[in-house]
Amino acid sequence: MDYFIELFFGGLTRGSIYALIALGYTMVYGIIGLINFAHGEIYMIGAFTSFIVATVLSIYGFPLLAIVVIAGLAAAVWSSAYGFTVEKLAYRPLRKAPRLAPLISAIGMSIFLQNYVLLAQTSDFLPFPELIPEFAFMEPVAHVVGSSDLVILITTTLVMVSLTCLIKFTKIGKAMRATAQDKTMAVLVGINVDRVISATFIIGSALAAIGGLLIASHIGQINFYIGFIAGIKAFTAAVLGGIGSIPGAVLGSLVLGLTESFATGYVSSDYEDVFAFSLLVLILIFKPSGLLGKAETKKV
Amino acid sequence: MQAGLKMKMFSAAIVFGFAMTIPVIGTAGDTIKLGVAGAQSGDLASYGLPTVKAAELVVAQYNAKGGINGKMVELLIEDDVCKPEVATNTATKLVTDGVDVVLGHICSGATKAALPIYKEAGIVLMSPSATNPDLTQSGDYPNFFRTIASDDAQAKTEVEFAINTIGAKKIAVVHDKGDYGKGLAEFAKKFIEESGKAEVVLFEGVTPGAVDYTAIVQKIKRKGADAVIFGGYHPEASKIVSMMKKKRLKITFISDDGVKDDTFIKVAGKNAEGVYASGPQDNSANPISVAAIEAHKKTYNEDPGAFYENAYSAALALLNAVEKAGSTDMAAVIKALQTETVETPVGSIHFDERGDAVGVGFAMYQVVNGKYVPVK
Repeated sequence: MDYFIELFFGGLTRGSIYALIALGYTMVYGIIGLINFAHGEIYMIGAFTSFIVATVLSIYGFPLLAIVVIAGLAAAVWSSAYGFTVEKLAYRPLRKAPRLAPLISAIGMSIFLQNYVLLAQTSDFLPFPELIPEFAFMEPVAHVVGSSDLVILITTTLVMVSLTCLIKFTKIGKAMRATAQDKTMAVLVGINVDRVISATFIIGSALAAIGGLLIASHIGQINFYIGFIAGIKAFTAAVLGGIGSIPGAVLGSLVLGLTESFATGYVSSDYEDVFAFSLLVLILIFKPSGLLGKAETKKV
Repeated sequence: MQAGLKMKMFSAAIVFGFAMTIPVIGTAGDTIKLGVAGAQSGDLASYGLPTVKAAELVVAQYNAKGGINGKMVELLIEDDVCKPEVATNTATKLVTDGVDVVLGHICSGATKAALPIYKEAGIVLMSPSATNPDLTQSGDYPNFFRTIASDDAQAKTEVEFAINTIGAKKIAVVHDKGDYGKGLAEFAKKFIEESGKAEVVLFEGVTPGAVDYTAIVQKIKRKGADAVIFGGYHPEASKIVSMMKKKRLKITFISDDGVKDDTFIKVAGKNAEGVYASGPQDNSANPISVAAIEAHKKTYNEDPGAFYENAYSAALALLNAVEKAGSTDMAAVIKALQTETVETPVGSIHFDERGDAVGVGFAMYQVVNGKYVPVK
């Protein structure tokens, strides 16, 4: 039973890590129907930004809490700027083009950003400072749930709840839902669709950046390539949960994380990905729109 | 009629034979041709170029003394970019150019592809870096030698250390699913099982680059392992040791020369403390090694690169064997390599009947205060 609980919490942490990235995928898809492959790179840029800021601040001897807050804010702002720019440069000019064009453009952006960081920073792995300290009160259960696991779990929950509230109860949220339903109609009733889409990219990128900080601090290392693998897994999770749905992205991520953790624990880590993707195939066979996705009705 | 034709063909063959051999004898009489083959361009050039420099230095040293048995040594340098399909061309070119002995190739795959060509031509080959066990253990290539220990020797060093020095009884063997890491892990598993003194409680591969290794660490803990042998490179190793620390798992972590790298210590930080890794023997106390490195610094104004000492040793061993054998005939050179001990930067070596250098091996290192130090 202990072993089960250990694996369960391991899976929860892993799922929450995926969720922080998957939310960005699902938001963008929900609104403009684009799979933003550059999203993983935005997460990576967030991790690098917080790395640089945290390193500089710790040289000046700032307290840990201040470092976390400032580095998180800086990463969120900087990544949002990237997300905003990527949308403006690579997707907006293609908005009226066939669906394939922005998809290819997104893959191009992903490759470009990876190589840009590779050239501008380094190809080496960098040690990421431990920004989440070991809390003393967690010590008795640290072998099951560590401090960074706890922080990641709490953050993911908070982010999911506040995002749902934002979309349900605020003006921009309403505009987002309208844009998602029918872009032309939204324009007709006076919604600035371009601004709504920009806002979506900014929010998604900021979330990815915060994820970048937390995850990098949990794992302890970063390099230019981390966004690719994390991005693929998060994308899978978003599809699993029903792409376009916010609770779906979180649920899909948790299901994926738990599956991987139990597959490793009870079968073999050699088959971790086999189980994860078999599950994806199975769910898509029986529920093509994902766990919580809305079935797409053909508009006639 | 028939006898007459035979006679004519015979004499034609003799004439033709003379025509073929005369120029060969002419050049072979002047120099001994040492071929150097390996990656000299492309993304693996950094593995092959130090070998060229080592060969240049050793040859210059021999020629300064008046060559071998009165003949000067000449270098034939050919690039194979570490690709098997290019390596066969490289080998054919060297053979056509009349090479006597070859230092190379660098990568195991390229070496394997080129070997049959040299074998057919009766040419001895010595690699400073090809570590694939099959090259010597298959017995297919009597003309192949190397001055680096094979991959299984490394696994053997790790296993013996884990069982005899650490006293591990239950060992978890983990790898990164790559050729290098998995290959090593499989050998480690085999040696542990053969020893009969410890058991393999876990043998699994992890996905490189995965975001989180909690599950595998929990599994290692559950299996009650008292040591982990990891086959792979430093990014995964540092994630696993950090996660072991986070999950309060205090057992010995043993890894390979893919982890015996300062980047591992830089990335894993204080979690790296106490980690063991195998790596090539430390030759810094060997005066020949010191002299070889000094010569490199003096001639090229930089520190030597990968496999430099192994290449330097291979060049010395090859030329020494040619000198002692008194000819470049394959059988004579092989006999000299097996019987004559030669002083080289990697120690005092000769070769066993399979072609592996006796006296070259791996040693264990441990991270102590942020540095790898040899384990006494």
